[in-house]
Amino acid sequence: MDKKSKNIISDPMVDNNPITKQVLGICSALAITVKMEQAVVMSLALAFVLVCSNVIISLLRKGIPGKIRIIVQLIVIASLVILADQILKAYLYDISKQLSVFVALIITNCIIMGRAEAFAMQNNYKDAMYDGLGNAIGYGSVLIIVATFRELLGSGTLFNYSIMPASIYLENGGWYVNNGLMLLAPGAFIILGLIIWVQRTYTHYIED
Amino acid sequence: MQHNNFYTFRFIAIIAFVASLLLALASTQLKELQEFNVELDKKKNILKCIGKDVALMSADAIIKEYKSNIRNIILNSNGDIAANIASENLESVQNKSTGQLNYFIDNVEYLPAYKSSNPEAFIIPISGKGLWSTLYGYFALENDLNTVMGITFYKHGETPGLGGEVEKKWFKENFVGKKIFDQTGELVSIKVVKGKVNDVYSGEALNHGVDGISGATITSRGVSDFLKRDLLRYGKYIKNNRTN
Repeated sequence: MDKKSKNIISDPMVDNNPITKQVLGICSALAITVKMEQAVVMSLALAFVLVCSNVIISLLRKGIPGKIRIIVQLIVIASLVILADQILKAYLYDISKQLSVFVALIITNCIIMGRAEAFAMQNNYKDAMYDGLGNAIGYGSVLIIVATFRELLGSGTLFNYSIMPASIYLENGGWYVNNGLMLLAPGAFIILGLIIWVQRTYTHYIED
Repeated sequence: MQHNNFYTFRFIAIIAFVASLLLALASTQLKELQEFNVELDKKKNILKCIGKDVALMSADAIIKEYKSNIRNIILNSNGDIAANIASENLESVQNKSTGQLNYFIDNVEYLPAYKSSNPEAFIIPISGKGLWSTLYGYFALENDLNTVMGITFYKHGETPGLGGEVEKKWFKENFVGKKIFDQTGELVSIKVVKGKVNDVYSGEALNHGVDGISGATITSRGVSDFLKRDLLRYGKYIKNNRTN
């Protein structure tokens, strides 16, 4: 892999992270980060849709009439999302039940439309694939960080395994109570805000 | 790039055709597996509410256990078993505002239920509105048709950690051993109280209440309401056949 491709993949992981830098795809980052399991499956579903849509749109880019390019992008993305949803329902039924409507809502995830319009329409399919992969990893890693905090502090578990020792809980004579705020969307906002703060302190990025 | 209108129409037609073809193909190919999952999930939950631990059971084991243990029964509106009705022929109609499911054949209402032989139990489907969504589940009574054996929810869209706690072990275990009839013989069902049941009720009433979910008052109230409503629909059969 040459330097340019490496750069295309690594750039959206930190410097141009779709969530923390461009602040796209926030809705799903808030909605499905209550549990790790859901965050991981959601990230994989998004990676599948993002990489495939980028490659398909890049391959079609010279043929797509400019006037209807957004419609064509939407058809490609929506079809891929429905496909991902159907596959989850067939093979990972329990998790798809928990993700409920959010898999279908990948259609409206700004990251996917954004990458299709901003990158895949101008670049060859290989670069588009790398770009999709990089953005998916950038999105997924933020989701997983947020989910780690939310599940640990909100439910005392990780991947549904109890992490917090049972003896410290109030009902067992201890002092600790799970933080209910973490299970609600504001909990995700706070954590996301802290992540963005840490990242921008580290990269010295300032919004114009 | 500028293209003429004919090209634009042709392009979009081809894209739409290919996309719908692919989706139709995927849908038909996966349909069987998806329906199997839905059915398996219901069977799993029926076994769960009579106290079987299905978490580690394979799909085959669940189906086998279900086949050997559970049978469908259909009740008519008088609370008698309608032996000549097949459960496959029932048409379900949902009340959109309450989430209640009613079953009909030729506009005559029937009540589907399940009987388990080991342990002996009577199981009814329950459904109704919580805060955001309709909850679907099963409710099992012991052979005396008074003592609760268990409750499960197999489908809901409540907030995880709040209303979503209905599917948690602690909430479901709350119900086990409670009674649906009070001392005067009235069907009072089980009420999900606000807070801890020990703080709210005392004495005999403790038999008819369970701990509520903190932060999910509306879901808790919903469960109380639709559980009682569904139990009352089966009330005739339950009253005629109860032994305790």
